[in-house]
Amino acid sequence: MLCRRVIPCLDVAGGRVVKGTRFVDLRDAGDPPELAERYAREGADELVFLDISAAPQGRGTLLDIVERTARRAFIPLTVGGGVRSVEDMRDVLRAGADKVGLNTRAVADPELVRRCAARFGSQAVVVAIDARRVAPGTGGHPSGFRVVVQGGREPVDLDAVAWAVRAVELGAGELLVTSIDRDGTGSGFDTDLLRAISSRVPVPVIASGGAAGPDDFVAAIRDGGADAVLAAGIFHRREVSIAAVKAAMAAAGCRVRAIDPEVAA
Amino acid sequence: MTGAVPRVAVVDYGAGNLVSIEQAFTAAGASVHRAATAAQIGEPDLLVVPGVGAAAPAMERLWDGGFVEPLRAWIAADRPFLGICLGLQLLFETSDEDGAATLGILPGRTVRLAGAPTLPHIGWNQVERRREHPAFAGIAPGAEFYFVHSYVGAPNGVAGDASILAETEHGRRFVSAVSRGRLLGVQFHPERSGGNGLRLIANVVGWATAA
Repeated sequence: MLCRRVIPCLDVAGGRVVKGTRFVDLRDAGDPPELAERYAREGADELVFLDISAAPQGRGTLLDIVERTARRAFIPLTVGGGVRSVEDMRDVLRAGADKVGLNTRAVADPELVRRCAARFGSQAVVVAIDARRVAPGTGGHPSGFRVVVQGGREPVDLDAVAWAVRAVELGAGELLVTSIDRDGTGSGFDTDLLRAISSRVPVPVIASGGAAGPDDFVAAIRDGGADAVLAAGIFHRREVSIAAVKAAMAAAGCRVRAIDPEVAA
Repeated sequence: MTGAVPRVAVVDYGAGNLVSIEQAFTAAGASVHRAATAAQIGEPDLLVVPGVGAAAPAMERLWDGGFVEPLRAWIAADRPFLGICLGLQLLFETSDEDGAATLGILPGRTVRLAGAPTLPHIGWNQVERRREHPAFAGIAPGAEFYFVHSYVGAPNGVAGDASILAETEHGRRFVSAVSRGRLLGVQFHPERSGGNGLRLIANVVGWATAA
C-alpha cells in the first residue's frame, strides 16, 4: 500500500535557503544541499525546492544547487519557481530534479502544462495552486476559493477548484495546494480547500500552508484527502520533527515509510 | 571481473534525471559514463536504460541514437542489463500509452494502471518479492521503494510468467520487477529510494560483475 509522504519545503534565494513567512522577513537558514541531506536523514520522503528569487540571473545558481542536492540526498526532488518554458523544465530535470512545479506561468499560459507533460510525462509535472478564500458563489468563484499568483500576492479571476480540474486535464500529474490564508499562520491546513480539490481529481494532492503540529498533518490526510503533506517553517525552526509527524500519522492509521538513516550518502 | 572498477554505461536519450543514477552507481564504487549514441556504450560491465515519461518520444530518441539494435543484441547475448521505470516498460512489445511499438524483448505490453485510487502512482510503496534475486540481497521483504508512473509493464500470461520477480499493490497488484537471465527491470526508482535503493544498486553492480 502506498505510503503518505512528508515533504519539507526549502525556499531558496540567491543560492541559500531562506526562512520567514513566505517571501517576507527572510533570514538565511543555510546551504540547500546540506539541509536537504539533513531532512533526508531525518525521514523526509521527498523534498521541494521553491526558488523564490526566480530571477533569470539566478537560474545558474539554482541549477547548481539542484545538482549538488541530487548528488547528496537519494530521495525525490521537486523544483518550483521561475519555470517558464519546456526548455527551463528540461534544464531543471537534467540538473537532477525529478519533478517540476509550475505556478504563475501555468495560470498565464495553461498550455505550458500540456507541453511539459507531453515532453516529460505527467508524472514530472506538478501544478502548484495558491488559493485564498472568498465569499462562496460570488465573483465567478463558485467553490469559494480563488487562485492567487506571484507568491500569493496577486489575485486572478480564476476559481481554484476549476483550475485544479483543468490543470489535471492539461496533464498535471500532481497538485501542490497552498492555502495563502493559512500559510505561515500555524492555524492548520485548510482541509476544506484540500477536500474540495482532492475529491475532484484523480492525481495526488500535496497539502501546504498552515501546519503547526503533528495533528494538522493527520487532518490534511484524513479530512482533506491529501496524499502528501508539506511544511517549511516548523521543520526549519525545529518546532516539529519529521519523526513526530510520521508517528502521529501512523497512530492515526496512515501508512508511512520507516525512517531510513542511510538515505543520504 | 579482475579487481578493476566496475564500468556502468547509462543510455542518455534525454529522459530526465541522470544525475541521481550516476551518483548512486558512483556511491556503489562503479565508474559511470553516459552514452548519447550507441557507439558511446563501449564495453561496460552493466548497461542501464533509465527514463520517465511517454514511450513514443523515448523510442524515437532510442532510434535516433542508434540504440535499438545494440540494446536487443546486448540482451540477446545475456549481458548484464538494468532497466528502470520507462527503461523496463520499453522492453515489452507495445505501449498502450501512445500505441508505440517498443523493443519487444519481453513478451507482453505496457498498460495503464487501471483501478488505482490515485494516478499517477507517486510515492513509496512496498515491493514484494516472488522469488529471491541477488539484487535484493540484504533488503527486507516488502521494503519500500519510490515509484512515479501511470503505466506498468504486463508480462504475457501474467500470473504464471516466470520473469516476474516482484509485485506491488496500488488499487491492484502489478509487476514491479522482472528478471530473466542477466536482465533486470524495475518499475521503481532505486536511485531515489534511499538506503534500500543504494543497497539494490550496489547489489546489481556486484551481480553484473560476478564471474
